[in-house]
Amino acid sequence: MTSLRVFFVGGLTSYRALFYWLTPWVYVPSLLVAPIFQILLFVYIGRSAGLESDEFYVIGNALQYAAIPCVFAMGFAIGGERYQKTLGSILVSPARRLPLFLGRAVPVMLNGAFVAAFSLAVGGFLLGIDLPASALAPLALVVLVCAISCTGLGLINGALGLRVRENAVLANIMFGLLLIFTGANVPLDQLPGWMRAISEVTPLTHGIEAARLLADGASLGSVDHLIGQELLVGFAYGLVGYGLLRFLEWQSRVHATLETA
Amino acid sequence: MRIVRLVWTGWKFHAKSLTLSGFYLLTAAIQPVIFASIAFFMFKAGAREGTLLYVSLGAGLMGIWSATLFASGGAIQWQRWQGTLELSIASPAPFLFVLLPMTLASATIGLYSLIGTLLWGRLLFAVPFEVADPLLFVAAVPATVMGLGLLGLVMASTFILWRNANALSNLLEYPIWLVTGLLVPISLLPGWVAPLSWVLAPTWGVRAIRDAALGTGEPLAAIGMCLALGAAYLAIGSLTVRYFENLARDRATLSLT
Repeated sequence: MTSLRVFFVGGLTSYRALFYWLTPWVYVPSLLVAPIFQILLFVYIGRSAGLESDEFYVIGNALQYAAIPCVFAMGFAIGGERYQKTLGSILVSPARRLPLFLGRAVPVMLNGAFVAAFSLAVGGFLLGIDLPASALAPLALVVLVCAISCTGLGLINGALGLRVRENAVLANIMFGLLLIFTGANVPLDQLPGWMRAISEVTPLTHGIEAARLLADGASLGSVDHLIGQELLVGFAYGLVGYGLLRFLEWQSRVHATLETA
Repeated sequence: MRIVRLVWTGWKFHAKSLTLSGFYLLTAAIQPVIFASIAFFMFKAGAREGTLLYVSLGAGLMGIWSATLFASGGAIQWQRWQGTLELSIASPAPFLFVLLPMTLASATIGLYSLIGTLLWGRLLFAVPFEVADPLLFVAAVPATVMGLGLLGLVMASTFILWRNANALSNLLEYPIWLVTGLLVPISLLPGWVAPLSWVLAPTWGVRAIRDAALGTGEPLAAIGMCLALGAAYLAIGSLTVRYFENLARDRATLSLT
């Protein structure tokens, strides 16, 4: 029961605290308008290079943008506690760590899914992309799965925040690498072999591929293996992130670096 | 003379401070390299290899713009956090010349981006770096830095009243990359974008650098436009800094706490 309370109430409180500074003046430009311009930039580069259709870039970049709210927010969930001087209090509390950190992850996932869905809808509307009505519900599922896997990566970023002060740099680098390795903008078969191998275990790669197939009229059943792979990748990252959190928490106690990292 | 000394000292100070910021340097160096890599792959796959130096120079300029934007958004906010904003404004030196070195220094640090992307392109994608007119290239780079830094000044001045200026600076990154033709020819964009691009220094900066490097167009004219726009930005900036500073004093919102 206590764990459930920590999960729900703690997660909600942490998310509301995020909105103490994440006002509409920050949220709208950063999470609703910026992805549209990212989509437009790559659509036009794509047209200039004569490489892929507009739909390719709209889907790729809309889903990839879920990384901004997921990776950054999970980083801030840890970094913010340190900044507010509450990290020490949280880590000395007897609360179980799994509900503590997962509670913080759930609102982040939902927000990431919303941002990706909004970008897909508005980007598609602006560029005249027609998505079959039958694909909308499966696409919503894929968007949610992508947000889950990105949050797994975000958990790693948050964990590293226990050792690294410049969390936002890491998040920026992760975001940039996702732009390349997920096939959001460059077809995977155009990447060198070693990059394709990394793509296989990168969050979003399988989700973006599934979304593109669904938009082209494929059924949910025909892409279920891609959705499964995406979930698997997300859980793997989440597991690594959680393990890293526990390890670095222990390290911070041993080396007394909680407030100095 | 005192103004020149103030700007020079401020520029040196901020350039050194920014050089010590891992966040700033990584953002300036890595982000454009990532965008350049994507563009290299896209253009290579699209069988337009002849344009790779074009892409490389554009990606470098993207980094200079990001660096300028980031510092312009933060220029006021950082001083606010450090508690030095009131002191800077109350000092006898005009605030314009306290702010100017900060945006100029950030644009200068953005040169890491240009060098980084050129090196990256050369080492990993075998992009040839042969400058058609080295003299004009050397003139075009500081003119571009100056133009971008002064555009940053105009933006920074409008951020005095805004607690969330950083968010606006996030927003302005992609649109300026797009409408100034850093990676996409402006002719590919809707017709109404062209007049908008003419009043933005990065348009002329990238044109000057590319024309000098590739031996096309008229780099000297582009350098002239970049400097002329820079002078216009300075004039606008001096008005906006004074206006927003007075407004912040009247409303007692300087610290925004």
